[in-house]
Amino acid sequence: MIRSLRSELRKISTTRSWWVLALILFGWVGLNAAGIAALGSVLVDQSGGMVGPESIPPLVYSTVTAVGYVFPLLFGALASTAEFRHQTLTPTFLATPRRGRVLGGKVGAGLIWGVVFGVVGVAASVGVGALVLQLTGVHPDLGSADNLALIARAAIAMALWAVVGVALGVLLPNQVAVIVVVLAFTQFLEPLLRLAANFWEWTAAIGRFLPGAATDALVGSSIYALIAGGAADALEWWQGGLVLGGYAVLFLAIGGLTTWRRDVT
Amino acid sequence: MTGAVIEIQSLTKRFGGTTAVDDLSFRVEPGVVTGFLGPNGAGKTTTLRSLLGLVRPTSGRATFDGRAYTELADPLGTVGTALEAASFHPGRSGRDHLRVAAAAAGIRDSRVDEVLAWVGLADAARRRVGGYSLGMRQRLGLAFALLGDPGALVLDEPINGLDPEGIRWIRVFLRDLAAEGRTVLVSSHLLSEVQQTVDRVVIISHGRLAYEGTLDGLESGAVARVRVDAADRDALARALAASGAVVEAAADGLRVSGVDAERIGSLAFAAGVPLKLLVPEREGLEDVFLEIVGEGEIR
Repeated sequence: MIRSLRSELRKISTTRSWWVLALILFGWVGLNAAGIAALGSVLVDQSGGMVGPESIPPLVYSTVTAVGYVFPLLFGALASTAEFRHQTLTPTFLATPRRGRVLGGKVGAGLIWGVVFGVVGVAASVGVGALVLQLTGVHPDLGSADNLALIARAAIAMALWAVVGVALGVLLPNQVAVIVVVLAFTQFLEPLLRLAANFWEWTAAIGRFLPGAATDALVGSSIYALIAGGAADALEWWQGGLVLGGYAVLFLAIGGLTTWRRDVT
Repeated sequence: MTGAVIEIQSLTKRFGGTTAVDDLSFRVEPGVVTGFLGPNGAGKTTTLRSLLGLVRPTSGRATFDGRAYTELADPLGTVGTALEAASFHPGRSGRDHLRVAAAAAGIRDSRVDEVLAWVGLADAARRRVGGYSLGMRQRLGLAFALLGDPGALVLDEPINGLDPEGIRWIRVFLRDLAAEGRTVLVSSHLLSEVQQTVDRVVIISHGRLAYEGTLDGLESGAVARVRVDAADRDALARALAASGAVVEAAADGLRVSGVDAERIGSLAFAAGVPLKLLVPEREGLEDVFLEIVGEGEIR
């Protein structure tokens, strides 16, 4: 399993997709963090005390997952589907014929590279965000235990999303299909579903288990949660993490029993 | 070094309704180069992929010294493989492609540079595989096969795409590997391509075993025929057929088998038909091969 993990880590480091995605992640999260930080100071000034300055930094710092989780998800999915697309499953399974081990190595490598994405994303949301907060006169509040915990949990969420991506890529080995599914679901379908889920109490109870909602629960804050009006019974942070992990396990189990066992021709 | 004995036992593989490999059995011994021959679509690649655990056989077994590939403790150290349509990530360098496999098999990185130099790719090692020629990819595939210094080699169409110099190089190389005691199984759809390299051949056709044995044995199976002609061709044909010979009409005379030239001469004399042509013919190995695989008619 260790050998398989090292092999999978090398597969990622020897191709370009990881740093291309990490670079876009940094830019996009940094842009959003800066924007929300700038808007936040205006909000604090205009609200006449309704919005306290302490509520702004968590919103800024959580942009890493709020707008950035799609990147580790895509990264993981591309890492898995590239094996099918370029038929590199042949040398992979020749070197490690026990396919379960390969899958284990992929999950481990996804988790480790996911942490890298978490660090890059946090560097953008906290690095750029805190700078803009400082410039606009809102205290970045980086010393607070709550904010530090939020940042750490955001990085964990990013790592989990990379694993969900790896698992999704095994379940849906067609690279084009998986890109379409990821973008359609994360950018369009899920935000809509989360909004719609808030109309009734029973749908809201189900909506908490949507992957994006679970991420917000894990991280503890998000611009979406604010827009949606902060669901009354949001999951605990660790429950959010378990839900995300649950998606990964579910996808891995189905993919591992179907596409992963197929003949490699 | 003694390579593993490769054994295919009653292997059958069906894809949906089509049977790619049909109750196939043969053995490949160490120390010699064995050719695995058959036309395209005969089931060679499916057999090899079943042997390597990439394809799950419908029934039967394929083993190395009695163990399935997926049960091998050190797969790359036991069997080296270069498959047709060798699959590489185009964005990864040749060296990194091997380093990925080396990590999975616990092989040190210095071995990667060793095998790259061996197959003549040292200069291109750090270039992306996407820019490699077919011949270079074949060499990279061979480097992958040699990575674990395996006792057995399974090579699917390794000569395809090589330049003449490369073909000569690989022939010598395969013979050397076999001389060291390794098991070498080389597939090809052309007998002439491997004729000078192999000691034994396994020929399959439509997924079934058509011949297993030495090249000499294959040659002795060649049908001796005689080309014969006379002004009165019909009378000659009648006389020969009456004596039990198999007679085939052709544009330039008759092709006769089952009797030799001497007998044909006396039969014609007895029938009073003057001959104008009597030529004994012997089929080449390639003809025997094509006949065995059932493609003789399209030659």
